[in-house]
Amino acid sequence: MSFKRKHLLGLEDVSAEEITHILNTAETFKEVLARPIPKVPTLRGKTIVNLFYEASTRTRFSFELAEKRLSADTLNFSTSTSSVKKGESLRDTAQNIEAMKVDMVVIRHSAPGAPHYLTQCIKGSVINAGDGCHEHPTQALLDMLTIRDKYKYLKGLRVAIIGDILHSRVARSNIYGLTTMGAEVALCAPQTMIPYEAEKWNVRIFNDVDEAIAFADIVMALRIQMERQTQNFFPTLREYHNYFGITKERLDRANKKITIMHPGPINRGIELDSDLADDDRYSVILNQVTNGVAIRMAVLYLLGGELQE
Amino acid sequence: MSGSKFQKAEKILLKNVTIIDDGYNEQKQWDIFIIDGKINAINPTSEKTDFNGAVLDLSGKLALPGLLDMHVHFREPGREDEETLKSGAHSAMAGGFTAACTMPNTNPATDNREVIEFILDEMKNHLFSIYPIAAITKDQQGEKLAEMAELVDAGAVAFSDDGKSVANSLLLRRALEYSKMFNVPIIEHCEDAHLVGSGDMHEGFVSSNLGLAGMPAIAEDVIVARNLMLAEYTGGKIHIAHISTKGAVDLVRQAKDKGIDVTAEATPHHFSLTDEAVRSFDSNFKMNPPLRSEEHVAAIIEGLKDGTIDAIVTDHAPHSIEEKDAEFSAAPFGIIGLETALGLVAKQLVKPGILSWQDIVQKMCKNPYRILGLEAPQIKAGEIANLTIIDPAGEWEVDKFNMKSRSRNTPFHGWKLPVRAFAVLNNGYFYLAEK
Repeated sequence: MSFKRKHLLGLEDVSAEEITHILNTAETFKEVLARPIPKVPTLRGKTIVNLFYEASTRTRFSFELAEKRLSADTLNFSTSTSSVKKGESLRDTAQNIEAMKVDMVVIRHSAPGAPHYLTQCIKGSVINAGDGCHEHPTQALLDMLTIRDKYKYLKGLRVAIIGDILHSRVARSNIYGLTTMGAEVALCAPQTMIPYEAEKWNVRIFNDVDEAIAFADIVMALRIQMERQTQNFFPTLREYHNYFGITKERLDRANKKITIMHPGPINRGIELDSDLADDDRYSVILNQVTNGVAIRMAVLYLLGGELQE
Repeated sequence: MSGSKFQKAEKILLKNVTIIDDGYNEQKQWDIFIIDGKINAINPTSEKTDFNGAVLDLSGKLALPGLLDMHVHFREPGREDEETLKSGAHSAMAGGFTAACTMPNTNPATDNREVIEFILDEMKNHLFSIYPIAAITKDQQGEKLAEMAELVDAGAVAFSDDGKSVANSLLLRRALEYSKMFNVPIIEHCEDAHLVGSGDMHEGFVSSNLGLAGMPAIAEDVIVARNLMLAEYTGGKIHIAHISTKGAVDLVRQAKDKGIDVTAEATPHHFSLTDEAVRSFDSNFKMNPPLRSEEHVAAIIEGLKDGTIDAIVTDHAPHSIEEKDAEFSAAPFGIIGLETALGLVAKQLVKPGILSWQDIVQKMCKNPYRILGLEAPQIKAGEIANLTIIDPAGEWEVDKFNMKSRSRNTPFHGWKLPVRAFAVLNNGYFYLAEK
């Protein structure tokens, strides 16, 4: 199929056919990445800017590396070293960068919808690298690629997403992507961290982590942001770990094969125990990171392909 | 009629107009004679006269008593770049209003005699009448009562800390008790600040999808419930500003049945749009109270129909282009509404047969004046010619670039609306709206 999108803003309206096409394209880039010189000239002459309004290590490196592997010219922007400190608006920043003839913008921003707003400000393609609590489409795509690597299929698999669903863009993109691909999704969190009317996503909801593990083939743990602890979503980190932490004992009790995923960075000993995170009988966390580069190459290639025509 | 769009109403004959006011048959047409800004006579249209003033043929048009918007923000003093008293008045006249009540969240706040006098002085000798609403508390800080007696003396017609609730229940009790001496209402923006937190939109499935922080309907309901109980206890007059939830409408309905002195208002955007509109992330859909889900919109319409909601107001809230042109969560709450209100009322309420034009006169003229303890205009010989003339056949397209307001923050840009304001008369002046 040909890929008709100009932007990748989220997975809510992306079809199963499109997701499959992105995952298949990523497979070919995994092969590129395995070569002695892991670089192709696909986006030579194209300029991509990484607009990171929020701190990020892996997503930003992953995009930068993907851009370099595709031979694009890249510009990096972060709020600490930019005119945003002087009060420049997102529109002005983006339009100034575009005036320097940039073809694509990768944006990470704390405001939900910031990438959508950006599409109204500039002519180039926009890729959402995480917008507040809304979506993080390339993360969910790399998660799906990682699951597909291990199981060869997505349909019918049971995935339990455990942790702060309310504030998680990773959860939302995975809910949209995985349900579109026919996987069964469950959410597990303290009730304060389950979004309003979440059942309308056609997912199961658990407040008991043992029930969620019993349900799941795959457990996707989410990071608990330390600052949430002061907002009374749960009483203490200690209580959170005791009641919602994913531990070896819980998996042993479930007595079944489980795959552990985490978008990182991990709070070891809070949402996930170290012995699970580092045990490759369970954990595919580092595979997720590796697959991130291939997925981002695929997305940049598919959106950039339009530019080349 | 030729010449300026805004002129003295010295000698005018409004010919062949259908009058919408108590005692008139909507099937008949009338000639209204206006001399020196007063209605001199109203004759059946067939009668011959030797009138020698300006004549305006209003065949097919409706004359309503002048509409009052009892909830607007004109931003002067303080943010004249967004709206001034005069630009707000022109926006209102273009929308068919002859009067408005300005909310006190100006800078400085309308919490002292000087600001009230400045507002009234600024609009002296103008077609448009302004009735200022003063702050309940000093600088709207919710800590100390404003000097209410002096503010009423200066011309304040009501009190409100609009933009937020008076969180301190004891202070609100005092305000309700104290304001009883002047028989003016306390207008409450009903919102529990803690329940709303840093919310950007209605809490519902749409906010869950978009990852935007939600403002739950119950944050409005709990404060409405508290306010109704305080109004009952004190016997004070409470008016619920921009009601937006099913729960609040139900509570007001029950309170009215119980005989509590409560009135309520709703805005056109709360009966025309749902939170689904926020999916665009367009900050012109960001307002407070937020756009709610379908069941709430249906409850607002039902409340308007059965009389639970007394008034339709715009909550006209101008914001500069720079402030609104931003990420959704960074943009301020509020939209302009004066120039689209009549069209939305016609489209959403009159055309579908929910309310008649007679009902609209109640909601946009008679009831607001009554709530404020003011005399409402009447279309009657001997009265000031305070009239809104509308063209029910005038379909038009909303163009935000062609508005009288200084601000452009409307979510209705590009909408096709039926009915438009044709002219307004008041205070001895006449204004013909541009087509």
